[in-house]
This record gives sequence, structure tokens and C-alpha cells, in this order.
Amino acid sequence: MKTLKLVPANTAIGFIRHRTIAMSLSLVLVIASIGVFLANGLNFGIDFRGGTLIEASAESPVDLGELRGRLGALNLGEVQIQEFGKNTDVLIRIAEAEGATDASNNLSAVERVRGELARDFDVRRVEIVGPQVSAELIQTGLMAVVAAIASMLIYIWFRFEWQFSVGAVLALVHDVALTIGIFAMLQLDFNLSILAAILTIVGYSMNDTVVVYDRVRENLRKYKKMDLSELLNIAINETLSRTVMTSVTTMLALLALYLLGGEVIRGFTFAMIWGVIVGTYSSIFIASPLLMLLGVKRDWSGTQVN
Amino acid sequence: MLHFSKFKITGIALLMLVGVMFALPNFMREETRLSLPDFVPSGTLNLGLDLQGGSHLLLSVDTDSVQRERLEDLTSDIRLALRGERIGYSGLSRIDNGVSVTIRDAADMEKAATVLQDLAQPVSGGVLTSFEQRADLDVENTQGQTFVLRATPDAIAARNTRTVQQSIEIIRRRVDELGTTEPTIQRQGEKRILVQVPGLDDPERLKALLGQTAKMNFHLVDQTINGYDVVGGKRPPAGSRLVYTDTEPEVPYVIRRRAIVSGERLVDASVGFDQQTNAPEVNFRFDTLGGRKFGEVTQANIGRPFAIVLDDKVISAPIIQSAILGGSGRITGNFSVQEANDLAILLRAGALPAPMSILEERTVGPGLGADSVAAGRIALIVGFFAVIGFMVVSYSLFGLFANVALIANLLLIMAVLSGLQATLTLPGIAGIVLTVGMAVDANVLIFERIREELALDKAPIIAIDMGYSRALSTIFDANVTTFLAAIILFQLGSGPIRGFAITLAIGIVTSVFTAFVLTRLFVALWLRRQGKPEALPL
Repeated sequence: MKTLKLVPANTAIGFIRHRTIAMSLSLVLVIASIGVFLANGLNFGIDFRGGTLIEASAESPVDLGELRGRLGALNLGEVQIQEFGKNTDVLIRIAEAEGATDASNNLSAVERVRGELARDFDVRRVEIVGPQVSAELIQTGLMAVVAAIASMLIYIWFRFEWQFSVGAVLALVHDVALTIGIFAMLQLDFNLSILAAILTIVGYSMNDTVVVYDRVRENLRKYKKMDLSELLNIAINETLSRTVMTSVTTMLALLALYLLGGEVIRGFTFAMIWGVIVGTYSSIFIASPLLMLLGVKRDWSGTQVN
Repeated sequence: MLHFSKFKITGIALLMLVGVMFALPNFMREETRLSLPDFVPSGTLNLGLDLQGGSHLLLSVDTDSVQRERLEDLTSDIRLALRGERIGYSGLSRIDNGVSVTIRDAADMEKAATVLQDLAQPVSGGVLTSFEQRADLDVENTQGQTFVLRATPDAIAARNTRTVQQSIEIIRRRVDELGTTEPTIQRQGEKRILVQVPGLDDPERLKALLGQTAKMNFHLVDQTINGYDVVGGKRPPAGSRLVYTDTEPEVPYVIRRRAIVSGERLVDASVGFDQQTNAPEVNFRFDTLGGRKFGEVTQANIGRPFAIVLDDKVISAPIIQSAILGGSGRITGNFSVQEANDLAILLRAGALPAPMSILEERTVGPGLGADSVAAGRIALIVGFFAVIGFMVVSYSLFGLFANVALIANLLLIMAVLSGLQATLTLPGIAGIVLTVGMAVDANVLIFERIREELALDKAPIIAIDMGYSRALSTIFDANVTTFLAAIILFQLGSGPIRGFAITLAIGIVTSVFTAFVLTRLFVALWLRRQGKPEALPL
């Protein structure tokens, strides 16, 4: 039986030869991401900024202007209204009042909005995050990303050599930076589930990188005299078929989620899809070429071949 | 790598059987499930609040108020103790988290030290592991003749724990009155309480019930001064203070500080209706002691008003028509039936030991939850078929093996989630869909490796063997990293995110097992039947 091979056997693509182009491109993208982040900032959701979010659904298409007028009359401060998935559904965001210490303001705001919407809307979801909780979520969120990256650094160091761990972590930082960059550029809602997506991307991208590195290590033992750039290139080519296959299966599952999984997790799946693309790219074009720059120990005679 | 002993095969089969048994209840109808014998697992996946609808509230208990009360009590204890021993003192005052007092006469210092030290009591209800009983007060002669008394950290911690535990008890009573099924009420961190109530149709009412301290006291109204005069700037007489009604506009009342009877003496409360006006009212009953006290005071004050004060707001201030001797009474106010009902609930459940505030709320309506379940299910089915189709196209028979392993994997995830009674959330479903995509990775690694070995002109059996053994360390390293990410995610997460981390972590373990052990078994069994194949369907 003839099987589908997305990547032909025995490829010899010169990934390492083009490393300057790839690395410059990535460097530009990372700097651009940081720039966009500094210029636009992230569109933080209520998880991180505090405030109230109400999802409501009407029988007929919603006139956003009219609804804006009705809610504006309640004097709730900054209110954002947007369509959510369908034209009958809306997402209402009410900003945190200045100087609030608990969620009491938001609670009364919700009560008033509920009252106003009661006659023609079904309130499907209410989320209120008080300032104390949002501050903690920012803190734990940052800590989690740092902890995730640090634990990868240590694990790879432990299993490989320090050059590998630095290379892998730089690739991770690259992925995280580009993900934050796209969220800053498109001003997509950045909430707790996006943070979860970033951590999953960290895991996924690391997974990809480790597979390539594993082959690099194996080849370092096998070809003791081979030029490092050629050796790295062989490792990438040998694992290329697997890298592409896994990205495709993961992408298939993610696309199903993105298209059919509903509006609530669309942001999450978008981040994941982006992360899989970036993570796959960085494992091939960034993580391995970085080993060239960092220089790798060539004498592996003391270590065992498994 | 390809040799499986009978023993091993039986082990794998048994494990799968247990997996199927734990997963099976999810596919049964409710009645069938309940009629299962006890030794068969019958738990199903626990749907998170985002899937079944419900309210998640994070409350913060103002434990500081209890500590403040304790310091106030301590201040009067010190006063009584020093007076009792006739020790002169001055400057008895509360300082930041303690009480300070200066002894007048240096000769009294030693006695004062003993008296003050005697106020300390062992910490009750503290940590069980420490056998050494610690004192709840730290008495320190800071300078000259001044003593500073502070609550010890142990005492503060024990008191906070007690306050939070009492609060949880009261919250449980209040929530139970709403008649919802299986609310979760648990302490989180030092002074927070997480309340999760599934399938609630009126979350606003829940919040209204939880937001009130419900401290009810009965006070006499001080008639020597008009409330509006005090608002205008006059000082209320000593022993009296100003409170307002909860109505709009507020009406000021001056009440005696000392309560006639406190709400703690209430034993029951229920809704009733006024016989003439048919307006809703709340009937209550005191315990014996409270009833007697209430009777005495009302008897002595016929014709005068008294105030029923709830959380420092006057809810009713009737004139005492006659002595109320039976130990029961009624509160009439401008209640709606629901308001009267809620007040009765609050009075029955008792007052919270400290005020609470709501820090976070996440409420999902049942409609959205059902939509999410439906969407998640469709995404899972479509993603699943896309992946298995792709695997067969790419690896033919071996792809089929991987697909059987994938199905086994989903069953095992379901089994573990049901067995652990873990909660399945919408991000959790996303985690499973993602696992479907990533689970085949281990097999992809192995199959690609086998292809490589075949390309080196190795015999099929050797190639398979090498493929499995060489891929093992890669699979291990690659999955440990994702697993680490899942653990950190779990630590970080609240509710839904935790659900994602759990399914991701379980998915990693089950997918490595199914990919590495189960497909290897299939391949080995297939090879046994084939003898020595010339080429592999790969």
C-alpha cells in the first residue's frame, strides 16, 4: 500500500546554511514584537485588569448602538460592547472603577445591567474579577511562565549540555515573544486562557526542540569528525518528517477546535495554532542554529550510546 | 523490545479492562448506572461549572475585624484585672496590633507583670502537631513602666482559622437553604472561601445571601434626643449611638448601645403573613434565656419604641404594645415575600463571625454550558476523525494500530478523570482534543524511526525493534517537558485552567503508555502471525 509522505525520505535541505537569514528574520520579529508590545500594550481581559464581563444573547440581531445608549444611561463608567461570535450575541465589558478594593462596585454594576437586559436578553455568562484577584493573577501568571521556562532550562541542562539548554530556552523565549507580539498587534483579548495557551506552547515547542536535539546528540556520538553545521543539518533533516507529521496532526485537532469549539475558547485555540506554527519554525530554524553559535562539546566518547 | 511474555500481555489486558470499566459509566443511562452493584465503578465525569452552568464565588473574610474585636476585649480585660489588684495605671490604649499600658507606681511592676501574664491563655484549636501549648499573648515590658501586650502569631492564626471555619459553616447553611445540589464550599489560602454552586438560576440571590453578615440585635430607642438633631451635629448621650434605617431616604435613630437581646439567642425564624394586611413578615423565636430577657425588657418599656438592627441598619422600630412573653415575635417591614424569606434564611443560618467581601465571581448560565458541551463534543469528534484518517493515509496498517491506541487513550483519559472524580471543564475538553493531536506524536516518532532503519536496509523485524528502542529516550525527554508545563499550569490555575492542566497531564501519561506499550504489543502480535515479513506496511 502506498502511503502519504509529506516529507520525502532523505531530504538534504540546507537549513543551517540559511541560518543567518532565519536568525535575522527572527531577531527582527522579536524586536518588532517587543516594539508593538511597548507601543500598543496588551488588551488585557478582566482576569488581569479587573472588571466585569457579561455575555448576553438576544432573540434577534442586536443593535449595538442602541444597546450602547441603554447601558450608557446607567452611568457605569467605561463600558465596551462587542459582537460575540454571532450577531445575536454580545460581550459587555465594564472597566474596574478607580480606587476600588473589592468587587462591590462590579457587583452592583452587574445587577443594574442584568436589570436593563432582562427584557430582551438572556444573560449567559458573568465574570467579575476584583482588583485584588487580578493583581494576583498577573503575578502568578508571570511566575508560571518564568517557572515553566526555568524548569525546561534545568531539565535540558540535566539531560544534555548547557549549550542545548540555552539554545532551547532562547527558542522558547522567541516563541513566547512572538505570541505576545501578535496579541499586542491584533489587540486580541489577553486573558487567563491565553496564558494557559502560552504555557502549553512552551511545552509543545520544547517537545519539538528536544526531538531535534536528541538526534543532534546521537549524531555527535556517531560522527565524531563531521563538521558541526553539516551534522546539525543532517539531524534536522532526519527528524523533519516527524516534525511535520506531528505539527500536522496537532494542527488538525486545533483547527477542529478553532472552527467548531465555540466562541469561548477561540482565543485560546488561536494562540495555540499560532504557537504550533512558531514553535515548529523555531525548533528547525532557531534552536539548532543556536547550537552553532554557542559551540557544542565534540568529545562525547565518555558518554554512553543508548 | 518485541518480546511480550504472557504475564505482560495479561497485565496490559487487565489494565485496559479496568480502564474500560471506569470509563463505561459515562456511556450509560442514569438508571442503569445507579443500578450497578457497589463494586463496579459508577462515577462519571464531573462537569465543571463552565459546562453545567453555575456560580463560582471567591469570598474574602475580614478576619482583621475579629482581631480588632479581640484587642478591644483585651483592653477591657486589662482594665478589670489591674483594677481588681488595685494597681494604678495610665495610658491604656490600643496600639498597632496590640495594647499598651503604663503602670504608675514602680513598686507595682512585678505584680502587674504577673497579673498581665495571667491574662494569657493557651492557644486553643491550634496546630495539632505541636504538643507544647503556646500562649496566645505576648507580654513585653517595652520601656520604663510600659507594658505592651500583643497577640502571638499562633493565636492570630488559630483565631483566623476559627473565623474562617465558622464562616464556612454559616455559608453552608445559607447555601443549603437555596436547595441546590452539591455546592462546594472550601477554604482557600489563609482567609478566603471558595463557593461553587452548580446549576443556579438566580446568582444575584446567592450573592445577596452571602454578602450580608446578618448580625441582628434588639436595642431600645433612646428617646431623650431626636435622631435628626444628632445628624445636625448634636452629640448623642453616652451609651447611645446613631444608626440609620435601610430605607430610602434613610431615617436616623438614636439607640442604646447595649442590646436588649442579641441575635445569637434566636433559635428559629420563618416567613409569615400579617393577618390583617396580608403583608409578608418574619416570625422568630428566642431560646429560653433570650425569651425571658426580652419579656422583662418589653414589660418595663411598654409604649416605647425598640429597634431591630440588622448589620447596623434599623430594619424595623415598632412601639412595644404589650409585654412579649412567649419568647417569640415578628418583624414587619416593607418586605417582599422574597426579602422576608431571605431574612428568615439569614436569621436561621446565623450571623457570620466577620464581614465578607466578594473578590471574584464567575457565573455561567446553563444554556451556555450546554452549548459549550455540544461544541466541544463536535470539535473532539471532528478532530479525532481527521487525525485517525491522516494516520491511516500516512502509515497504513501501522497507522491503524496507532489509531486503536488513540481510542484506548481517550478511554483511559475518561477512566482516569472519572476515577479521580476530576472536573472536566471547557479548557479540559480543549486539552483532550489537543492530546488527540499530540498523542500520535510518540507513534510518529517510532514509525519514522522504523522507516529510517528500513532505509538503511535493515530487516523489518530488526528495524521495528530498533525503531522502538531508539525512539524511547526521545519520547521520554519530549514528554517530560510538556508534563512539566502541565504541572506548572496546574499550580497556577484556578477552576477551568486547572481542568486543562489535569487533562493535559493525564493525556501525556496515557498517550505514552498507549503509544509505546499498546501499539508495540499490536505490532508484536502482528509480527508473530506474519512470521518474517519481507516488507512492512508502513
